[in-house]
Order: sequence, then C-alpha cells, then structure tokens
Amino acid sequence: MNTALGLMKSRTTLSAPAVAVVVVIALIVLAIATGGQVIARQTVSGLLLGAIYMTVAVAFTLTIGVLNFLNFTIPTLFMLTGMVAWAVLSRGYLSFAGGWAWFVALLIGVAVTVAASLLVERFTFRYLRMRHGDATEHAIPLVSSLGFLLIFENLVLIPLGSDSQRFAVPFKADVHIGGIVIGVAQLASCVLAVLVVAALSFILKSTKIGRALRTIAENPDTASLLGVDVGRVVPIVFILTGLLSGVAGALFTVNYGDVSPFMGDNVGTKAIAAMVLGGIGSIWGAIAGGLVVGLAETLSIHYFGGDSVSMTVWGLVLLIIVLRPKGLFGGASIGKGKM
Amino acid sequence: MSGYLSGTLAILCINLIFAYGIFVTAAAGQINLGGAGFQAIGAYATAWLVSQTGLPIWLIIPAATLATALVGFLISFPVLRTRGVYMVLATFAFGEVVTGFLLHSTVFGGAMGMVVPQHIELWVLTVSAVVVTIAAFYLMATRLGLAMRSVNDDEDAAIVMGVNVRLVQVVAFTVGGAFTGLSGALYALNFGFVEAQYFNSLLSIYVLLFVLIGGAQTAWGPLAGSLFFTLLPELFRIGGSWRFFVFGVLIVLMMTVRPEGIVTREMVRRLSPRRWWPYRTREVYHGG
Repeated sequence: MNTALGLMKSRTTLSAPAVAVVVVIALIVLAIATGGQVIARQTVSGLLLGAIYMTVAVAFTLTIGVLNFLNFTIPTLFMLTGMVAWAVLSRGYLSFAGGWAWFVALLIGVAVTVAASLLVERFTFRYLRMRHGDATEHAIPLVSSLGFLLIFENLVLIPLGSDSQRFAVPFKADVHIGGIVIGVAQLASCVLAVLVVAALSFILKSTKIGRALRTIAENPDTASLLGVDVGRVVPIVFILTGLLSGVAGALFTVNYGDVSPFMGDNVGTKAIAAMVLGGIGSIWGAIAGGLVVGLAETLSIHYFGGDSVSMTVWGLVLLIIVLRPKGLFGGASIGKGKM
Repeated sequence: MSGYLSGTLAILCINLIFAYGIFVTAAAGQINLGGAGFQAIGAYATAWLVSQTGLPIWLIIPAATLATALVGFLISFPVLRTRGVYMVLATFAFGEVVTGFLLHSTVFGGAMGMVVPQHIELWVLTVSAVVVTIAAFYLMATRLGLAMRSVNDDEDAAIVMGVNVRLVQVVAFTVGGAFTGLSGALYALNFGFVEAQYFNSLLSIYVLLFVLIGGAQTAWGPLAGSLFFTLLPELFRIGGSWRFFVFGVLIVLMMTVRPEGIVTREMVRRLSPRRWWPYRTREVYHGG
C-alpha cells in the first residue's frame, strides 16, 4: 500500500528524499568551500530562493497528497499576502504600530490569505461533499480553483493596479560568516521556512489531526467510516495551505522588497517544478526539490544568463512526469492518480 | 456589417473551433490544460509557411492543421502514460514548453513575434466554425463518439466491453490537435500577427473553462460555453478586470450549482424531439 505522504514511511529508516536533502546540503557546503566568494554568494541566495519555493511546494504537495486536488489558487494566495500587506501599509492604516508597521502589515496579509484559502474550501469541497460525495474523485475542485485564481487576481488588480510596488522594510542588518555577507532577513527567512515545514511534518506525523489527514489521503469514505469528521478536517488542509503560501509570500516580500499582482506566477511555476522533481505528495521530496530548483536557478542565471530558465524548468517537469512520475528521489507519492 | 460586429464574430469563430479542440479530448476523459501550446503551433506553422513559402492559403490552412494534429498524435503517447493530476500538469507543462520555445527561437521571431502577410475573409472563419461544429456533432454520434463517452464515464468498464481505450484516447488527442491547430491558423491569418506571449497559460485556462462550463457531455457544450463567454461580456460592455472577475465568480457558482456545465446530456435528451437520439438513458454525472 502506498503511503500518502512521504514522511509516513517509517520512523527508523530515513526516506530517500531525506537523504537527497542531506546530499544537497553537502554539495552546498562543498560549493562554498571550493567555489570562492562569488559562488558562495550565489549559493546563499539560491538557498533563500529555495526556501521560498520549498514552502510553496509543500503547500501544493499537501493539497494533492491529502485531497488529490491541484490547487491553482496557491500562487495567487502567495501574491495576496504581499499585495494586502503593501496596501494596508501604504494607505497609512498602521501608523499606530510605529516601526513595526511592516510586520503588522505582513501579519494582516497572512491572515487575509488564510481567510481566502478557507473561502476556496467552502466552494470547492464543502458544498461539493454535500451534493456529490467524495470530492477527491472529481475535476470540479480544480475548475473552481481556476475560477478563484481569476477572482483573486482581478480583485487585487482593480483597486491596486498592475504596477510593481516597493515594500520598504526598515532594517538592514548583515552578518558575516567566513567572508560571506548574509542579510539577517535572509537568514531569518530560511530559518522560518524550515521551522514552518518542520512544524507541518510534526503535525502530520505525531498529532491526531495529522493522522486524520493521512487517513483522508488514503480514502475519504473509509476515513469517514472510521470516525474521522471529514467536514472538519478538510478545512485544516486549506488553513495550512493558506499559512504556507502566506508565510512564503511574506518572506518573499521582506527579502526582495517588491510586490506586484503577478509575483506569484513565477514562484508558482518553480514550486510546481520543485514538487514534481521531488515526487508529488511527498513532503521531503518538496523540500529537496525546492532547494534544488532554487540553487539551479541562481547558478544557471550566474553561468548562462537568466533567459531560458522557465522553459527549461517546464521541459524538465514534463520529462519527469512522463518518465518518472514518482519524482527523482524515489519517495512515496499519492496512489490515486485519478480525477 | 460594422467592424465591431465582424471583429466579435471572428473571435467567436476562433474561440469556438479552439473550444471544440479541447472538447474532443475532454469528451474522452482527458483534461488538456495546454491548449494554448497547440494553438500556438497552428498559428506559428501558418505564419512560417506564409512568410517562407509561396503556397496559397487554401493549402497552408490544412497544412498547419495537419502539423498540429501530428504534434497532438505524437504528444499523446507520453501524455497518456499519465492520469488525473499528473495529466493536467503534463499538458500544462507542454503548453509552457511550446510558448517558451517560441519565445526564445530566432527562426520564429522570438519575443518580437511574426507578421503574417496574408489575410482571410470573415466567411472563411464562419464556414470553418460551422464545419468544425458539424464535424464534432457527427463525431459524437458515431461509434467512436460512443467509445469516447464510455472511456470518459468508466475506463475499466470500457475495457471490459471491448473498447480499445488507448486507440480512442490517441484519436481524441489527434483530432483535438487538428481542431486546435485550425483555430491557430485562422487566428494568425485573421489578425495578421502572432506573438508567443499571447499563447500563455491563461489562454489555456480560459478555453478549458469555456468547455467545462458549457458542458463536456455533449457537443452542445462548447457551443454554449463559447457563445456565453464571448458574447456576454460584449453585451454588457464590462471592461478589463471586472470582466475576468465576473467570469471567475460565474465559474465558481456554476461548479457549486451545476458542475456538469450549462448543457447536460439529460437536458439535450429532454429537449430533443428525435426518438433516434442515441442518448436515451437517464443517468447521473460521474465526473470529468
């Protein structure tokens, strides 16, 4: 029997994607040790990018793993955090917060994103379950999420315009590690991304909710028969999705200082690629994939220029899905393969 | 006819043919989220043939259609290895690869696009749309159409009943590719210009939504979907972002209230006066 989420394989042996993560980190250390300053700097910024991709990829892989649902709203949820934070900040609603206004703005952004994600749940799984039973059997949630993609994107575009906006964060501190300059924000972001994903792993592995989620991933009807309240557990997937996308969006906003209504498109693309690379439905796979894609992107831009990254990434996705659908690292993936 | 009306009619014809291209694969149970890629192949094949060869248009349009059908045929083999979410991702990735390739190729003008120094009259578009519509209706009434329906409803049952599922799926992808390529060729010749940025993932999403909102159960669906979403915004003169916002709301509401699409098999059966109508049994929706 396939386990639904790669984490669940066994407590004693490390899963293959976990080994992949270790290998990636070893390679990074090697690159920093041998490659000199420039490569080291590229590697660090690649890792930061990878941490953001990783967080979004985990959001994708979670909804597919548990609900067999490719949630197209995730890139727009990512964008929503940044744009909402910028909107409340630039309109001056947060002047009471003083120097922490940017932080409050991001918190509001994440909160709005989680609320938006729950709205998606209402119209994709809630009503659907009442009318058609097991919603993970249908294409309907996918189509609804495409509708929500249009709704969110245009709801942002109408009042805020399509321009890229500056999101100023007042602190600018750096730390020096062995001659490499790393921004505190970068470092904090990596740590936060890792913490969020680790917390998710813990929830899935060791809590009652996590077990309920895993049961639904296997089969919603059986889960329901065994006493899992599917109607109450499914929203948790969407809260987690909103939280992961929101945190990734906030990290992106803080580190790059730019928000735009289209900021989610590129990240969404890379996150899907990361998920496919690591094997759909596997959390360790998404982590490994995110780091690899982030590194590959910054290094290939450094070596070849940034022109053809997107096409290469999608070509890779197509090849992997067709030739090796369980991902490069051979982790467990979802066994449903239906829609 | 005023320029505005003929422009709208031209877009409607192109969208309709495009929608039927996606419908044929959807009717056989495959979701193709890479429609823009197929349309781009048809459009660029036309642009290239017009600018590089001196062939007459009545040869170029079928050539571009055949070229896209061939691509559909070839790509169906790897894509059909996948199912469900994986197939959605594979077709989506295919669309992105095609657009990315065109955007970076020097032969096809890269980001500058290509000028198509030929033009077709509106009647060619209208006749093509009518022919494709009739062809789709005919296809769905044949044994092949029945086999496609059976594959969509229950693949295992279709195998048990002796349907060659793989063959049906490959044919669906090929015919779908042909229709989509035709729409691309007509797009190129109607607007006189092609650029890769137009054939983006949003276009793939829109056309799939035309089909699924119209209803993928019968050949009436794409007709209803294209008419609905091409004419409705024009009728109400909603512009820009609001148009897409309303579009999104309609999709979400449709999916909660009537996920089978505007036109369902049951509705066609009820409204049809014909006793020989092949869809006679009462049935429920089993999902895409």
